[in-house]
Amino acid sequence: MRSFFAHAPFRLYLGIVLIAACIILGGILPWFAPGDPLVWYSAPRNQSPSAAHWLGTTSLGQDVFWLLTYALRNSLLLGLVVAGFSTIIGVFLGLAAGYAGGWLDRVLSFFMDALLCIPSLPILILMAALFGGQLAMPIIAVALIVFNWPYPARQVRAVALTMREREFINVAWFSGESSVRILVRHIFPYIAGWSAANFINTVLVGISTESALAVIGLSSAQQATLGTMIYWAINYQALLAGKYVWIGSPVIAIVLLFIGLFLVSSGLSMRSAARRMSV
Amino acid sequence: MHLLRFIVGRLVVYALVIVFALTVLFFVPRLGPTDPVEAMLAKVSSQGAYMDAAQVDALRRSLADTFGLNGSLLEQYWAFIKRIVFTGDFGPSLSMYPTPVMELIWNALPWTFGLLLTSTLIAWVLGNFVGLLSGWRPNANSSRIMEGIAICLYPIPYYILALVLSILFSYVWRIFPLTTTIRGAPWSWELVSSIVWNSFLPAMSIVIVVFGWWVISVKAQTSALKEEEFARYARLKGLGDGRILTRYILPNALLPQITFLALQIGLMFNGSLITEILFDYPGLGLLIYTAVLQGDFNLLMGTISLSVIAVATATMIIDLIYPLLDPRIRHR
Repeated sequence: MRSFFAHAPFRLYLGIVLIAACIILGGILPWFAPGDPLVWYSAPRNQSPSAAHWLGTTSLGQDVFWLLTYALRNSLLLGLVVAGFSTIIGVFLGLAAGYAGGWLDRVLSFFMDALLCIPSLPILILMAALFGGQLAMPIIAVALIVFNWPYPARQVRAVALTMREREFINVAWFSGESSVRILVRHIFPYIAGWSAANFINTVLVGISTESALAVIGLSSAQQATLGTMIYWAINYQALLAGKYVWIGSPVIAIVLLFIGLFLVSSGLSMRSAARRMSV
Repeated sequence: MHLLRFIVGRLVVYALVIVFALTVLFFVPRLGPTDPVEAMLAKVSSQGAYMDAAQVDALRRSLADTFGLNGSLLEQYWAFIKRIVFTGDFGPSLSMYPTPVMELIWNALPWTFGLLLTSTLIAWVLGNFVGLLSGWRPNANSSRIMEGIAICLYPIPYYILALVLSILFSYVWRIFPLTTTIRGAPWSWELVSSIVWNSFLPAMSIVIVVFGWWVISVKAQTSALKEEEFARYARLKGLGDGRILTRYILPNALLPQITFLALQIGLMFNGSLITEILFDYPGLGLLIYTAVLQGDFNLLMGTISLSVIAVATATMIIDLIYPLLDPRIRHR
């Protein structure tokens, strides 16, 4: 208990355990669902938790447990897609800007700074309102990628800028290594640890923003996500009916998932910082 | 001279960022699969308002005007920029006709601004206090427990916390009001207490998350700074712990927080939007939500444009004052 949060590895392990639980719940269990949990009246209505329905059922006759697994799956999928593309685009453009310099650097840097200044949620709300009241998941994903690539890009650019001046890069350069090889073998190891931390963090931001949109009813209603589950629970008066399990389960799932993601992300960046020090 | 060139350079970038933001806002309605004007008309007629053909046509024209859909793309763009930058006029609100959109926004802004400013300040003071103390003795049990709590609080989104707070303190224990109702004559004690009482939960949802972050970052800063040469010198000089903390460590720990604030202000604004909606708090977030629900597109364009400009401006201002506060960066 004494070294509970002191050492980076422990924080990392605890985070990995939390995320693994969420992945089992959202990535594997949906395959075993008895049927599409989204369908109304596929289960008896307003049940309390029991052996047949572990987390009870909603007032629309949906099984909360299986609904939760579907919601977790969709939220995780969205987060991973957003984080994956943002990181790839960000690392690529950041390297390009830092390594090439000149006008390319200026243009890319401007877009990074400008996009970092613009709050994403109002733009998403505007899009939802204009495109018929609800946004489909792919559109949300694309919009989130547009707003999230500048974070890794800016960091990678800064690293690439300092790298250009380092001795060992010059040595590699003069010993005739190609630029691609220098990028892959010498520069990439420096940004890998940080990029992994940023990737996890972007998963968090992606899920969080979609849920924010969903809680106020502006995300897709055809798919269950953690946010839409909360929205349905609020909208069908789960609170007035005292059905705290219905609204509580997505809330607790989000909290545990986010704490797990944060622990892994900060654990990773602590570890890569420690490794850089020791080199 | 150096400073002047720096400021002018930042201002040019600021102007470009605003133009870029407005360009994004200009193109969003044009990127959609549906025509916003037709979507809007469908929304209006679905609300049961009967209109004859001439009225529909008039509405269609005025909506096209709102979106700036008249003329060529370049003309549309110029008219759009001109209207926002030079006149700041977003027309009348369609749902609260004929109140001008700007008047509604001016009424809502003090609420959002007050909520964000107060909760950020409270969280900042508390977070720095706890962060400094726990960074001073990073291995004490109390420090570890505080950091553990902070780590569990910080990743939670504002709206989830807002939801949990309102479930706990408005549904389960009926202590605080569920929705905001402000009572009392202007400048009366009753009004002030009513505002504080109603703002308590929305503010707490922001305070708790931001507090978590300050504790984490200030603790890390402090425990690194106290090993620095200047802190050791102060200790060897025989200064007390309190003096070293407040005069030697705190100023150095404060500086990086400004950059963080610049990055975080957009996220905080996003969070406050949803918090306001969940608590029925009469700020900009609720206004945006009303606009979405009522299909009031003048109000929607106005509130969204203004919030984007406000956040961009705040970020740029913080960016601008940072070098003025940190002498190490000024002479670069």
